[in-house]
Amino acid sequence: MSNSNYNKDKIPSTHSKAPWNAFVGWVNGDTPEDKFEKPELYQAPKQSHDAHNEESAVQQTPMPQAENEQEYNTDHTEQGHFLLKEKFTKFYKVYIVIAVIIGCFVVGILAYAVCCLPPYGYAENPVNNEVSEKYLEDGLEDTGATNAVAGMILDYRAFDTFGESTVLFVAVIAVTMLMKRSMNKKDEEGERLVAHETEIDKKDQNLILKYGAMILVPFIILFGVYVILNGHISPGGGFSGGAIIGGGLMLYAMAFGHEKISKIITYRSFTVITSCALLTYAGCKAYSFYTGANHLGGDIPKGIAGAILSGGFILPLNICVGITVAFTMYGFYSLFSKGDI
Amino acid sequence: MIILEFALITFLIVCAIAFTFSKRLLTSVIIFMAYSLIMSIIWLIMESPDLAITEAAVGAGVTSVLLFLALKKVNALKGKKDE
Amino acid sequence: MEVILAHYYDIAAVILFGIGFLTLLLHRNLIKKIIGLNIMDTSIFLFLASKGYIFERVAPIVQEGATNAEAYINPVPSGLVLTGIVVSVSVSAFLLALTQRLYKKYKTINLDEIIVLAKKEEE
Repeated sequence: MSNSNYNKDKIPSTHSKAPWNAFVGWVNGDTPEDKFEKPELYQAPKQSHDAHNEESAVQQTPMPQAENEQEYNTDHTEQGHFLLKEKFTKFYKVYIVIAVIIGCFVVGILAYAVCCLPPYGYAENPVNNEVSEKYLEDGLEDTGATNAVAGMILDYRAFDTFGESTVLFVAVIAVTMLMKRSMNKKDEEGERLVAHETEIDKKDQNLILKYGAMILVPFIILFGVYVILNGHISPGGGFSGGAIIGGGLMLYAMAFGHEKISKIITYRSFTVITSCALLTYAGCKAYSFYTGANHLGGDIPKGIAGAILSGGFILPLNICVGITVAFTMYGFYSLFSKGDI
Repeated sequence: MIILEFALITFLIVCAIAFTFSKRLLTSVIIFMAYSLIMSIIWLIMESPDLAITEAAVGAGVTSVLLFLALKKVNALKGKKDE
Repeated sequence: MEVILAHYYDIAAVILFGIGFLTLLLHRNLIKKIIGLNIMDTSIFLFLASKGYIFERVAPIVQEGATNAEAYINPVPSGLVLTGIVVSVSVSAFLLALTQRLYKKYKTINLDEIIVLAKKEEE
């Protein structure tokens, strides 16, 4: 049922040409007069074909369609490119048809499978089994956290969350390898871009952005800290609070330039703080494994439920995760914009 | 309530289709921001406030800023149709 | 009609998955492919999170003295999705970094042109 619905939305060029073109034009910000002959989907191969036609000087009669991939490798350079291009245009028509057919097929199978699932939102569904009952009924006693989600991901499944933070750390390491300008090999263009950026930062008198950031950034970071510290008694936690703090740092760096923020966060402090947060997490978790508890150590006081200092290890773990996420987000921004932290 | 949910879902699907057919990369990133924001409202309706906060901060905030920076690096912010 | 009314979030998730999948297959622009991958991610999260919702129950903020599982929704899908969102942002950041490196080398982000230029470089 949804498959036909999908088709109607997706490929309406035969049935409802005028409203579809109006929609596409509206999306692209065109006036209603200049209409497209075809959706942009089918134009993409043609454009690339034209772009390469100018490059190659050789004009030959089209070769018979190359079926296997080895064929254009054997020719010498320009003829090989011509064949490659030719193969692309012919291959594309088949490719688009096959892709649409496979997509509709996958969507149809998934929609059929989804319609056989138990209906949405009933308590008798097999998803709501004894696992969630255990988490909800014993969670407050076991973990001391009012927020059952935080109690679940930072106590019962804390090892999973540790892997999660490690994924973020590995991602920021990989982005550093890819984007950081090397000290030994001079990158002329990158240097020129960064110098240009710094000049713009100095000269620019963007008062609305600066005053807006000056008012907003403290509240954003304060809200992030609130979300992290209240992660175990209200919605939120390390991931969301860390992302909010990272957003605040990004706004600050955007408005006031990299000069000011690089006094606070350098490459060295970035690595040290992030690694220390992860190591603290690992240490807390190792302690709880060492004491042999399913949930974090028996001798850690749980505290009164609902107070800030409750929930055993959940508060420090939340802070560690929050620091890791915030610094990772800022690191992504900094590496993307100036190639350094 | 169910009418609101249907309206939000329709908005999501229209956003996704509009993203697919937009010619400028800048337009597609802005459409993706709107998509993430509507998704966070849906999660608020679904009684998962943790997810709503995280999606609003990560999807509409951080990912979009990273996409904008990448667009700036690949010189795709100018011009009318850049594909 | 009854089927749609009983499964509307699932069907929306499937449609969004299909749109993201077709974007991933048909577009030749790398950044569009990355956003399409993000849309696929979000549709899977929508599907997972909709499994945990139960009508007329509230978010799992357990109050003292009301530790009854009858009053709250299922917290397990929320926890799973929460970690998934953060992984999706790190994956897209990594993909964007790779895209910028490709642009630095080949001065284009169109996949066809990159393939042609890489072939030319090989020979």
